[in-house]
Amino acid sequence: MAAHSAVLSVSKIINPFWGGRLGNTVKVFGTTLTSHRNKTQRAPPPAKYGGRHTVTLIPGDGIGPELLNHVREVFRFSCVPVDFEVVHVNSALETEEDINNAITAIRRNGVALKGNIETKHTMPPSVKSRNNLLRTSLDLYANVMHCQSLPGVQTRHQNIDIMIIRENTEGEYSSLEHENVPGVVESLKIITRNNSLRIAEYAFRLAREKGRRRVTAVHKANIMKLGDGLFLQCCREVASGYPDITFDSMIVDNTTMQLVSKPQQFDVMVMPNLYGNVVSNVCAGLVGGPGLVPGANYGRDYAVFETATRNTGKSIADKNIANPTAMLLAGCMMLDHLKLHDHASSIRNAIFTTMNENRLHTADIGGQGTTSEVVQSVMRIIQSKGQLTAEF
Amino acid sequence: MTARCVRSVSGSLQLLLRNRWPKVYGAATCSQKHTYTPPPAQYGGRHTVTLIPGDGIGPELANHVRELFRFCCVPVDFEVVNVDSTMASEDDINNAIMAIRRNGVALKGNLETNHNLPPSYKSRNNLLRTTLDLYANVMHCQSLPGVRTRHRNIDIMIIRENTEGEYSSLEHENVPGVVECLKIITRTKSLRIADYAFRTAREKGRTRVTAVHKANIMKLGDGLFLECCKEVASGYPEITFDSMIVDNTTMQLVSRPQQFDVMVMPNLYGNVVSNVCAGLVGGPGLVPGANYGEDYAVFETGTRNTGKSIANTNTANPTAMLLASCLLLDHLKLHAYANMIRRAILSTVTETRLHTADLGGQGSTSEVVQSIMKAVESTGPRTLSL
Repeated sequence: MAAHSAVLSVSKIINPFWGGRLGNTVKVFGTTLTSHRNKTQRAPPPAKYGGRHTVTLIPGDGIGPELLNHVREVFRFSCVPVDFEVVHVNSALETEEDINNAITAIRRNGVALKGNIETKHTMPPSVKSRNNLLRTSLDLYANVMHCQSLPGVQTRHQNIDIMIIRENTEGEYSSLEHENVPGVVESLKIITRNNSLRIAEYAFRLAREKGRRRVTAVHKANIMKLGDGLFLQCCREVASGYPDITFDSMIVDNTTMQLVSKPQQFDVMVMPNLYGNVVSNVCAGLVGGPGLVPGANYGRDYAVFETATRNTGKSIADKNIANPTAMLLAGCMMLDHLKLHDHASSIRNAIFTTMNENRLHTADIGGQGTTSEVVQSVMRIIQSKGQLTAEF
Repeated sequence: MTARCVRSVSGSLQLLLRNRWPKVYGAATCSQKHTYTPPPAQYGGRHTVTLIPGDGIGPELANHVRELFRFCCVPVDFEVVNVDSTMASEDDINNAIMAIRRNGVALKGNLETNHNLPPSYKSRNNLLRTTLDLYANVMHCQSLPGVRTRHRNIDIMIIRENTEGEYSSLEHENVPGVVECLKIITRTKSLRIADYAFRTAREKGRTRVTAVHKANIMKLGDGLFLECCKEVASGYPEITFDSMIVDNTTMQLVSRPQQFDVMVMPNLYGNVVSNVCAGLVGGPGLVPGANYGEDYAVFETGTRNTGKSIANTNTANPTAMLLASCLLLDHLKLHAYANMIRRAILSTVTETRLHTADLGGQGSTSEVVQSIMKAVESTGPRTLSL
């Protein structure tokens, strides 16, 4: 997404200079990888009118609606120039109309903030996971999760700083299963060269941008030789183009064991879908739980932000005890994506300041605060910094 | 075992009834299996056990096991079968499998699977497990009092399906650049592993079994597994059954592992969860693992590491392999020897200066083994001279 807009501005600069003389070299390609894809579609224009962005908001189930209300409250209070277009998705219905509406809204706006949509096991297998549908239709191929130890939260491990990049669209989550013989089910796990190259490229590019020095690929290639072997090979190919970054690989069982004994050794990790699910949940548990870590799903043209561990939290819904940190930090990541960095930093600083005052922890990290107390404290800190805010 | 009782019953009945009655079957499920159970390899009171040294730290640890058994006068003879993991032919592993069929029981080190070899070369360990149909991998993770870990009071029994799931080694590339891996879940195997889990839970007096799955995404596959577990659970009303999605499970394991009792799961999740639990109780050097089948049992370390980087440096932790040998003795019903060696191992582990490097100490492998042998000698039974 960033590469594409850079391309458009570069070509605008070059063309007026040369007039119409370089007619053949109209499109300038940013990196060699984009030249593989003969995509002549333009990136959708940003949904920004009169300086205000429009973002799709999908409340989801469980604690989603209340947390997203808090996000809206905080944004309104800080006078963030974002309008939310709310799209409800009913997970109990079998038709896919609701989720298709949501997908259309995201295509329109380009950015979304969502709560998790529940997938009931009791419904027939033809009802696909709504979250998965959304990710695959919009081709949000990279799920990025940054796990950092927060100073105010007491955990068993300190100084964790791991960035997990997980392939988001293929792998074990292809939802292709069949039962040829009664009692024998075959699930297909798909690994493709294109998607593996794409995610590896994303991982190394991100590592370079953030100044990270080491990328670890997590796999199980001793058993799934063709599948994970292909993934590993693609990672190695991409790694050869980034000599400043060290690349190594580790089998998933050893990785999880190392994560619970010495998580500080990991820097950036890239992996296929299922291992990403497990590893990201282990890391979230290590830094303090599901209520603290935000997650982002990036595609070429769209970005959707949510909590990293994608919990619905049905058992604590509407009780005012959920931890709003993950959702608020996801909102900040969204603001960074929209290039509203000042607002993002002020809200993020306010959240971290609140975290460090121990008495304002919610129940999941051992405190007694309620959700609304935490949010009020965040808003108070934003106000005390002197920026323009709405009435309290 | 049940089949063997059946044979002796039918043997005596045949004598009584002069072959007029057909084969007598012990339990309802046995009626499906008509296979012949091999007699135990026990001659003159001494058992014969296949020993596969493996790669990395396997050979040195296997030697320590033999040393200890000889010292304690354990009536076990080892038939050593070497498997060369670098050769492309499957002769070696077939020899090993035949030896295990002959003896019924084995103790093995891990055989390395080099990723650089062509995909036609299957994992030797996997071949062994599937050929002998060792369908249940049991790993008991317990916090040991002498080992300092971040979590305390962990006591989890992990039962993992060992032959199907993601480890079917069925992969193909129809279109260049697109690989499809098949994950197979069958009803019979899921029922079998669930039955094994509940039976084990009942025998050990456990109260709760948790099934770990990802049925929200793999609805048919893991949905079938979950359904089979529920069916079996209905036959064990005194045991509570619940289920948990694998990502939530791993997150709970790192925050509050004390909530888990017995866990049953398909192959890949079992791999990940067992490694997480091993890490929680102190590392790969402490936990033994056992693979049980209908007729055979193979014992090894729980996390199946080759330990190439520490091979022959006398720094490996022998605890896992020695505890695996105690499980072996229990399986052979030599409980007195098993308990004696286990007690000696645990007393050594609680003396902190005798920890190996992976537990933060400075002891060497041979020092630990010597200490165990000394502990055994001091408890009084007949031993060889040190």
